[in-house]
Amino acid sequence: MIEIGLGHYLTLGAIIFFLGVIGIFLNRKNVIVILMSVELILLAVNINLISFSIFTGDILGQIFTMLILTVAAAEAAIGLAIIVIFYRNKGSIRVEDIHEMRG
Amino acid sequence: MQNINLIFTELYLFSGICILLMLGVYVKNSFNKIYNLSILLLIGIIFVIYKNGLEKSGIFLDSFISDPLSNFVKILIAVSSIIILFTSKQFILDNKISKFEYPIIILLAILGMFFTISSNDIILFYLGLELQSLSLYVLASIDRDNLKSSESGIKYFVLSALSSGLLLYGCSLLYGFTGSTNFELIKNELTVENIGAIFAMVFILVGLSFKVSAVPFHMWTPDVYEGSPTSITNFFAVVPKVVGLAVIIRFMDVPFENILSDWQTIIIFISVASMILGAVAAIRQTNIKRLMAYSSIGHIGYILAGVATGTTYGYSSSLLYMTIYVIMNIGAFSCIYLMRKDGVYTEKISDLSGLSKKRPLLAVSFLIIFFSLAGIPPLGGFFAKFYVFLSVVESKMYILAIVGLMTTVISAFYYLKVVKIIYFDEAKTTFDELKNFPTNSTIFISCLILISFFLYPSVLNNVIFNLLG
Repeated sequence: MIEIGLGHYLTLGAIIFFLGVIGIFLNRKNVIVILMSVELILLAVNINLISFSIFTGDILGQIFTMLILTVAAAEAAIGLAIIVIFYRNKGSIRVEDIHEMRG
Repeated sequence: MQNINLIFTELYLFSGICILLMLGVYVKNSFNKIYNLSILLLIGIIFVIYKNGLEKSGIFLDSFISDPLSNFVKILIAVSSIIILFTSKQFILDNKISKFEYPIIILLAILGMFFTISSNDIILFYLGLELQSLSLYVLASIDRDNLKSSESGIKYFVLSALSSGLLLYGCSLLYGFTGSTNFELIKNELTVENIGAIFAMVFILVGLSFKVSAVPFHMWTPDVYEGSPTSITNFFAVVPKVVGLAVIIRFMDVPFENILSDWQTIIIFISVASMILGAVAAIRQTNIKRLMAYSSIGHIGYILAGVATGTTYGYSSSLLYMTIYVIMNIGAFSCIYLMRKDGVYTEKISDLSGLSKKRPLLAVSFLIIFFSLAGIPPLGGFFAKFYVFLSVVESKMYILAIVGLMTTVISAFYYLKVVKIIYFDEAKTTFDELKNFPTNSTIFISCLILISFFLYPSVLNNVIFNLLG
């Protein structure tokens, strides 16, 4: 049996974090996927904070996590609202269609 | 006994926002009233901050501090926001974005900035920064029936959310490897051997350089500047940059003081890259707002050159540069507010051709402000660059000074190109005669400050160079 330690949690957090970052850059289809990737990044940070908090016995990390969850919800709400107004003007939310301004 | 007066500015602003929001909901057609009340609220803030005094002290387990740097930056933010609100009213009314939420969201962004600047703790810092960014997303897309505005909102949202995520990941690593969220405690724990914390530093720096739009995290700047309404672009070009600079200085001064050499290398790279890109990429722009975007990227490069020295003198000269940059940008955007023909605001540089024959006063204002942006003596912009380069040379960072001087010369090309179009090209378009007193007087005052800065540079210098003690 392997002992699950801090390193394993941090690796998990790092993997989820980079999945989120890669999701933003490789995605060519839909803006909603970008929103999901941003959420993934914030959740990876939460995993980090909670594991640090548990392994150092300090409660601050868990409090920080609660606050990040709130911010993530607000960010998703505003992001969706912006996507809705973009859809009303353009009739599409494909990433390729976001090209009004160039150069 | 804790002194609750330290946080009185924020409490005052927050209750003001709540009252204004209520008024806006219950009073019909309340844009004008809310707008004027917001300006009054901000004027009140200056007096509240002024009463705060200069001694450094903190409350709430030292997570919130009030010191000369934070008070100075808060006053700078409040004053520049008042002037921006003052000058942009005509533009807002003409473009039918006169919703009562507009000034309230600006006030909320300012509240977030105040918390960011005063924070001495990662948690408060992150929450303040998010309050600021969330408000700015909404502001970028405030003209919601305009495709460009909503597109700039979406671009700003995606990239800014990504950068906040990177910054937050850095914060989590910093918390994990130092075991604390307080800046002072982090400073004691942080050493060069702490590899994890160095990683954290890189992530946090990425997030912060995104906020000040330094290369290589500048991609959003030209698009957002062009797409959002000019009044919002004006706000973007001035206020968040001041906050970004103050926060970078705070991070270098307190938590990362012990790993200064690692942090310096990155800042030097970012600074050189911003100066070069800001000078080169602006040359072929035809839209004046895009030009201002690249110009602001270049100016951020010079400002970060002062920060890269890592000395108090360098930080102070950066703050001085930032103050003059604020004055120049407010002046430049006030001139852009006057570019209206047949009731439609135009942004093309070619529309300025032959302006000197029809509107000589506006042409002279453009001339003064663009010469100052280019750094031509004896205008204010020259002295801003002078102090920064002086601090850079004193710290023996000759590469930064050489690149800085070369890019100054290159960037003079596109500033002078605009002046050439105004003075020597055929007159094609006629702008409307706007009786816009706030804008005209702002242009006059900013030109006056830029011209007469060299007479009494000590007025501003004494204030700024004593901030960091």
